[in-house]
Amino acid sequence: MARVLINLPAQAKRGEIIEIKTLIGHPMETGYRLGPTGVVFPRDIINRFVCTYNGVQVFGAELHPAIAANPFIAFFTVATESGEIAFSWTDDHGQTQTEVRQITVE
Amino acid sequence: MKAMVLALIVATAAAAAAVEIAPGDRQSGYDFVSPETRAMQDDDTANPGMLGVLQGETLWAAKAGATDRSCADCHGDARATMKGVAARYPLFEPALARPLDLEGRINRCRSEHQRAAAFAAESADLLALTAFVAYQSRGLPIAVQTNAELKPFLELGSELFHRRQGQLNLSCSQCHDDNWGKRLAGAVIPQAHPTGYPVYRLEWQSLGSLQRRLRNCMTGMRAEPYEYGAPEAVALELYLMARAHGMTIETPGVRP
Repeated sequence: MARVLINLPAQAKRGEIIEIKTLIGHPMETGYRLGPTGVVFPRDIINRFVCTYNGVQVFGAELHPAIAANPFIAFFTVATESGEIAFSWTDDHGQTQTEVRQITVE
Repeated sequence: MKAMVLALIVATAAAAAAVEIAPGDRQSGYDFVSPETRAMQDDDTANPGMLGVLQGETLWAAKAGATDRSCADCHGDARATMKGVAARYPLFEPALARPLDLEGRINRCRSEHQRAAAFAAESADLLALTAFVAYQSRGLPIAVQTNAELKPFLELGSELFHRRQGQLNLSCSQCHDDNWGKRLAGAVIPQAHPTGYPVYRLEWQSLGSLQRRLRNCMTGMRAEPYEYGAPEAVALELYLMARAHGMTIETPGVRP
């Protein structure tokens, strides 16, 4: 699967606003480009990104063809409790890649 | 007015002589890009070139070829054995009697020692492995050798850098020695120091080699670009690395 870089604090204070930065390797082929033989490269993009915090969605995004390759998505959330933060990216083939990170909230 | 005319004459004379940038005035391409792009390069979780470095780390440990050996089987831990290596390339290869750049060395290692098919020029795998190796030299000064064996190639590189080429009849030096810091259309002309290669160029939306960048520039000059791996391209790389002697390696760099 694609390579992913996720940056979020391993520890946070309760109620603290934390920034989460995600980067995933993906060509984000728009579906508008022509190949050398004049045939269109078929569209292949990540169209959905979801972040859940202990199972509850805290952030979501719909992605469209104008978004550059290797999409970088950064957002903020409030550290409420210790647990799992899960990230999932879904592409045009319907495949979903999920990554999970732990956070400790004191 | 008189001063302006004099300045013009001086400028013309300078253009003809192509004054080299003084060591104290040298700046990396990093210094010319926007604060946002710099921030992207500085943060390893936001730098998209790091995706290539991660892929390269996997390739380093992957067995390949008829000998079924990985890079790591011979070279061990890249963090120790590859430290400073990229800073010394292009390096003279006695068997070929010419210098090889890092990509060339990796491919030669593949065909000679792993007995595997060489990676295609500019392929994602070759760029990733090159980025991984070069990443081990991040923060170290460029220290390319300039011994007697490399001297003719260095001279060729220098000659190519100062040679007018293409329909626009420009030399590399006219932009990058004489007019750096000024604008070419909307973009600032950098000094052309190869500090961050393979570099993640936002325009390319991928990693790319120094040779790709050189081809890019040559197309802009409306000159015939050198083929990947061509002796002229490697000579030019060698000259650029020698010109940037002592500057810090930033791989993977991010450029607009």
